[in-house]
Amino acid sequence: MKEETLNLKTLETQSFRQFDLKKKRRTGESIIQTLLFLAGILSIFVTIAIVYELGKEAMLFFNDPDVTLGKFFGTTKWQPGIGQYGIWALVSATLVTSFIAILISLPLGLASAIYLSEYASFKARSILKPILEILAGIPTVVYGYFALLFITPILKSIIGEQLQVYNMLSAGIVMGIMILPLISSMSEDALSAVPRSLREAAYAMGATKVETSLQVVLPAALSGIGAALIIGISRAVGETMIVAVAAGSGPNFSFNPLDAAETMTGHIARISGGDLSYNSIDYTSLFAIALMLFLLTLVLNLISQWIVNRFRERYE
Amino acid sequence: MYTNNHYPQDQDFRQALSGRYRTATIWQGLFLSALLIAIISLTALIYNVVDGAFGYVAFDYKKDPAEFTSTPLTELTQDELIIILKDNLSSGAYKKLENEKPMQKRSQAELYTLFLERLVQLDTKETWSMTNSLMNSEKIKAEVAEKYPTATLEFRSWLTPQFLVTPMSSKAEFAGVRTAVLGSLWLVGIAILFSLPIGTGAAIYLQEYAPKNWLTGIIQTNINNLAGVPSIVYGMLGLAIFVRVMEPLTSGALFGVTDSNGRTVLSAGLTMGVLVLPLIIINAQEAIKAVPDSLRQAAYGVGATRWQAVWYHVLPNALPGILTGSILALSRALGETAPLIVVGASTFISLDPQSPFSKFTALPIQIYQWTTRAQSEFHAIAAGAIVVLLVLLLTLNATAVLLRNRFQRRW
Repeated sequence: MKEETLNLKTLETQSFRQFDLKKKRRTGESIIQTLLFLAGILSIFVTIAIVYELGKEAMLFFNDPDVTLGKFFGTTKWQPGIGQYGIWALVSATLVTSFIAILISLPLGLASAIYLSEYASFKARSILKPILEILAGIPTVVYGYFALLFITPILKSIIGEQLQVYNMLSAGIVMGIMILPLISSMSEDALSAVPRSLREAAYAMGATKVETSLQVVLPAALSGIGAALIIGISRAVGETMIVAVAAGSGPNFSFNPLDAAETMTGHIARISGGDLSYNSIDYTSLFAIALMLFLLTLVLNLISQWIVNRFRERYE
Repeated sequence: MYTNNHYPQDQDFRQALSGRYRTATIWQGLFLSALLIAIISLTALIYNVVDGAFGYVAFDYKKDPAEFTSTPLTELTQDELIIILKDNLSSGAYKKLENEKPMQKRSQAELYTLFLERLVQLDTKETWSMTNSLMNSEKIKAEVAEKYPTATLEFRSWLTPQFLVTPMSSKAEFAGVRTAVLGSLWLVGIAILFSLPIGTGAAIYLQEYAPKNWLTGIIQTNINNLAGVPSIVYGMLGLAIFVRVMEPLTSGALFGVTDSNGRTVLSAGLTMGVLVLPLIIINAQEAIKAVPDSLRQAAYGVGATRWQAVWYHVLPNALPGILTGSILALSRALGETAPLIVVGASTFISLDPQSPFSKFTALPIQIYQWTTRAQSEFHAIAAGAIVVLLVLLLTLNATAVLLRNRFQRRW
């Protein structure tokens, strides 16, 4: 009898293994987690590398005794090889092409966003949206071909001889078409985020659909549309191939859209396409331009994100 | 007492109402026409490309074909062509061609191209677009007869099977996109090998592991910002890092390759990889986010570790989404031109890329080169190359859509 109970006791202790509730060290898991962390942090290094490399070469450019900030921002001729450092010759073309692009893409993008979000039936949307997505997926060099060989001849037959073969107008228009889908889809997101109750309240007051869309929904979505506009500007400023193909090659301080001129991006593409010796003033000047581009688009993107984040909180 | 003075009377109200309806119709028309303009632009673009890829071409031979052979040109056989080439080319030039690819192994079409290019020296006088060729056929014929009495007028498709398999040439008539397509495939392959593992890893870290702190916030904001950096800036980064700093690696000097500098397909592929990395991370994050939490909880419930839950449950379910996102990122890489120009794509090479340390060209680079040439026959082959590029992109995107529809699960 006594023996039996003893046996039972040993059985009990055997079947229940002792648990150690301390956190177990699993080397495999830690290694994997570290690798994943490194993959995550890599993007930070990319940004640091961009800032460092662009900054380093740009410093070489600005440290050149011949280059002064006064010349850089104060003159309007750009030819680093012969001592002309006026960045405005390039910035002017960037401004003109981007302005035309926004002039085209903002109204068209916004109007199509309103149609898609407020008017289109489910079926119409499922046909129209993919078309805009195709437009967004076309490589920019193809848009360049389109600008040079389709839009420019058409403009030439309308405007006449004042229009140069390479001109900012046609590049800007095509850039507008390229940005249209982006503005449209971002604005549509903003419009769809406006709560239904606002629309229903407007209808209850006897407003027509257009009055609701333009006077109630649109103002409510304005911040999101602002974000779309800013992203659109950032895309236009950074766009390269359309202007490299169609806007002209050669810095030209001009605000006349019929003229040929070279944007900051177009200039980088043309100069770096040729054989360029490292450490020449031409080489370092490209990095100075690229740094300006990077900082400009960075600021625009940050503003846009800030607006989107603020806007998201409003209806949640 | 309630008076009705402040409100419009019934009749006024009805009049105003019809006006308001009219405005409504006009606005609706405006909204719709914006979309129509977008659709027309797309149609015009595609029409413009196709229009350029076909059409009449007037060409002449600098030397009379009768000098070389008495058989009609279309009936020349492979052996006859070899004999003609051997007899008429200088022995040095013939040897060089023989070294590139033995004559006996060349097809009749290839030999005929050589014959046209080297011996009779085909010379394009003028080209016309497809629409123009079809509409004004008689006028063009008369014009050619007058301007170039000896020239032949032919309706030509610039986009032929031959166009796809021929390497670069300095003459538009004999140029093809083989080198460029292969270069693009190399680029995209290297880019995806680099960015898919790292991008997916980063997405897993951010969604599954990262604590909610300032560092995570910075990483996330940073990724969103990187997605908006102009592609040419990535090109400058690639030029500074991959082409210059890492030259021993990217030129293959470490591996015993001696005949190249840093401007290789590897440098360009890595640049593209860095460029699409943020896109892949963002897409993969969305895919991982869509996997419901219950799956993870269930895995933890039966005692899985974190990585086991991710590897056996989250990843398999997120995989279609991750792949779809990667394919879309690839199609972005396929169409990017600016960074390649900066990193240093070769403007003229006719040899296929053999290794990661080869010089390279890519489809968009060729399109850019040919579009910016003044002669219209180069515009025609640019149009042909654009059709090839668009078909490639369409295939990629269709694959992505199919993949999404086939495997996507709604929870």
